[in-house]
Parts: sequence; structure tokens; C-alpha cells
Amino acid sequence: MKSDRKIRVIVAKPGLDSHDRGAKIVARAFRDAGMEVIYTGLRQTPEQIVETALQEDVDVIGLSILSGAHMTLFPKIMELMKQKRLEDILVFAGGIIPDQDVPALRKIGIKRVFGPGTPTDELVKFVRKNTRRRK
Amino acid sequence: MSKNVGSILSQIKRLVGNVVKSDRRSIAKTITLVENNQPEAQEIISKLYPHTGKAHIIGVTGPTGSGKSTLIGKLVKELRKRKRTVGVVAVDPTSPFTGGAFLGDRIRMQELSTDEGVFIRSMATRNNPGGLAKATRDAIMVLDASGKDVIIVETVGAGQSEVEIIKVAQTVVVVLAPGLGDDIQAIKAGMMEIGDIFVVNKADRENVDKAVSEIWAMLNMNPDKEKWTPPVIKATAIKDEGTTDLIDKIDEHRKYLKTEVVGMKYKERIETELIEAIKLKAAQSVISDLKERGEFDEFIGKIMEKKIDPYSAADALLTKRLKKYKAS
Repeated sequence: MKSDRKIRVIVAKPGLDSHDRGAKIVARAFRDAGMEVIYTGLRQTPEQIVETALQEDVDVIGLSILSGAHMTLFPKIMELMKQKRLEDILVFAGGIIPDQDVPALRKIGIKRVFGPGTPTDELVKFVRKNTRRRK
Repeated sequence: MSKNVGSILSQIKRLVGNVVKSDRRSIAKTITLVENNQPEAQEIISKLYPHTGKAHIIGVTGPTGSGKSTLIGKLVKELRKRKRTVGVVAVDPTSPFTGGAFLGDRIRMQELSTDEGVFIRSMATRNNPGGLAKATRDAIMVLDASGKDVIIVETVGAGQSEVEIIKVAQTVVVVLAPGLGDDIQAIKAGMMEIGDIFVVNKADRENVDKAVSEIWAMLNMNPDKEKWTPPVIKATAIKDEGTTDLIDKIDEHRKYLKTEVVGMKYKERIETELIEAIKLKAAQSVISDLKERGEFDEFIGKIMEKKIDPYSAADALLTKRLKKYKAS
């Protein structure tokens, strides 16, 4: 039988943002690149995001944040992922994240941080290149 | 080589064991394996099958914008209050142009995702009508084997393949909303025939009673439903109104399903499953063999040149391939 594996991505918005235009554009770009995109909607807790990633068996998590709470919420998410043995999922972030925070975020396992204005095909290329076939 | 096969088999055994123990990660991984038709899929299904058959499978269908996801969200909450565990399979369309999909049904159910008694999985249609019904059925099987009391399948009720999916369900809930102009659409999509329970959602809007009476009128023309009269429920899912009524009706329908008449329907469903499996396997095996021999392409050429039509070509090919084949 033919097997047809697709890249599955979650686009998630942790915390108290009320604006998700950027996240929706990113979701759309992944869809148009032939991926299956699960969009969680706004105001997600770290627990909800990680649990969704687990149930949906995704390859990639894209986190979008504008509120400035990334240094609190992202470590919590990465910690939960470790607890649930989901370290093999590729995680990247985007939104309003100051450059000085990027090294710390990379250290906890966030592979890349994209700033405003990143062309969507750069994101798609990044995801394609960094998604391995997971077990 | 044989050692390798042995280790795959023991991996499958472990995975299936964990699914039966309701381990969430194993459930998720197993659904991926069967959805992608990976080589292990059949072995997994055959191991899971004996553990299935306990869940009540509910299909929820209806036009876009009728409020299916919101209603399911409330339904699941109420089921949890009644101490039942729930699995949800939410199907959304794959774009025919890019092959990608935007799966957004979860948005309305996200508060449920951290509940240990709930497992929600989104699925894309992947432009594969026959395969979709199979993939959905397999995902339901995994959730059933994991011990969920209720499994809800959500699909947009348009087109044949959606009707195929919903056939998997024991109880079909059709969700409509007033003012969507969908009474005619519902008839076209064949929803009136498949619904066991009808919900007119968004009942706080105008024209609810008109929508309800239109549904009644349609149902009365339907002769197949003599034994079970599909109830029509008014609901406003966003305000959590009508949810308890709906669950009571769902339970009533389940009781009705245990009667003798419906036992026959169950047999019919199993028949369909077997027929589908035979079709799939026979077609795959014959076609790949024909391709290997080059006969497939040879006939494609002939058909393109109009030397033969596809039906006669199929007869010619099958007569050679299958000893007992009779052209019909």
C-alpha cells in the first residue's frame, strides 16, 4: 500500500495576545506549501499547546507571540515537551522578540526565531530543511 | 532480515499494548501510522481489532458555519460531566491545488485538550475519497481500542466521500442553522437520509421554527425511518443550550440500536467494510502487477487512441489475470 506522509505543523499563540494576523499568514503559507496545519487559536496555555502537539503527532511547532511574555512562556513549553518526551519536534518562534533574548531561547531548544517581515517562503524552506522523518 | 521483522513485530506489539492502556502518545503515533498507510498499518489494525466494538460512534455533519465544532465542544463537556471518556476525529478538507490543509476545528475545543479523558485528532481529507473513509475508520478503531466510551467524527457534510465517512457512525447527528439557505443544500447532499438526529443550531436567530418545520416536512417523506423517528432539537451551542437534550436523544438512539432490526444494519456495515477492503486490495494487487508487466501502459495507449474503451480493457486485463473472472 502506498504511504503518504505529510509534514504536520501546529501554529500556536501562547499567552494573552489578542492579535493573530501574523500567525494566520504563516499558517496559510504552510498550507499552501502542502503541509497540514493545525491552528490552535488565541490565548493558549503551554499545557494546551504541548498536549495538542502530542495528540496531533506533529513534526513542527511554530509559536507566535507579541505580548513580551516569551521568556516566561517558552521555557515552560520546552520544559513540558521534555517531560512528555517530545524533544524530537522542531520548534521555532516568531513575533516581537528582542534580539538579546534569542540566544537564551536557542539554548532551551528553540531552533530559530524569526522577526517581523520574514518572507514566508523562508519559513517554509526552514521547516522543510529541518524536519526529519520522526519515529 | 528476519531479526529485523521480529523487532518490528515486537514494536507493534508494544505499541498496541500501550494503546489499549490508553497511553496518549501511543494513540497519537498509531493514528499517524494507520493514516499514512505505513507498512505496519495492517498488522497494527489486526492486533487492535479484537479490542474494538465498545465505543458508541457518533457522526456529526452539516454545512460550513452551522456550528458543528462549537456544538461538539459543548457535547464533549457534558459527556465528561456524565463520566464518559471521549475521542474526537475532526476532518477538514485538503486543498485540491496545493495538497495542504488548514485544520481549524480544534479552535473551538481547545479547552478540552488538557482533559485526560478526551483525545482530539484533526485529519485532512487528502483528496483520496476511498482512502479517506478508510483512514477515518482506522483512526476510530484506534480510539475505540484505547477504551473511549464515545467517539465523535466531525465532517462537512458535502459530497459522496463525506457520506461514506459518516456511514461509519452508529448515530448520525445533522447540524443545520437557520438562514444559511441550507435546507436545499441539505437535501442535495443527502443529509436528510442519513440523519438519526437533527439539530437546528443558533436557535436564538430568526426563522428557527421555520427551519424546524422544513426539516419535519422533509423527514415525513422519508419512508426508511419508520422505526426510529429522527427528533429535531433546537440548540444554541454557544450558550450551551440544547446540549443535554441532544445527549439524551443520542443515548435513546443507542438503546434503539440494540434492537434486532438494527443488528441487521450492523451486519450490513460489516459487509460494506469487507467489500471495501476486497476492492482496495484486489485493485492494488492487480494494478501493480499489470504495471510491472507493462500491460497497464499498453492499454492506456490503446484507450487514448480510442482503439478500446476502458470497460472492455478492464475485462481483457482481468480475464487474463483472474482465473474465475467473468466479464459482466
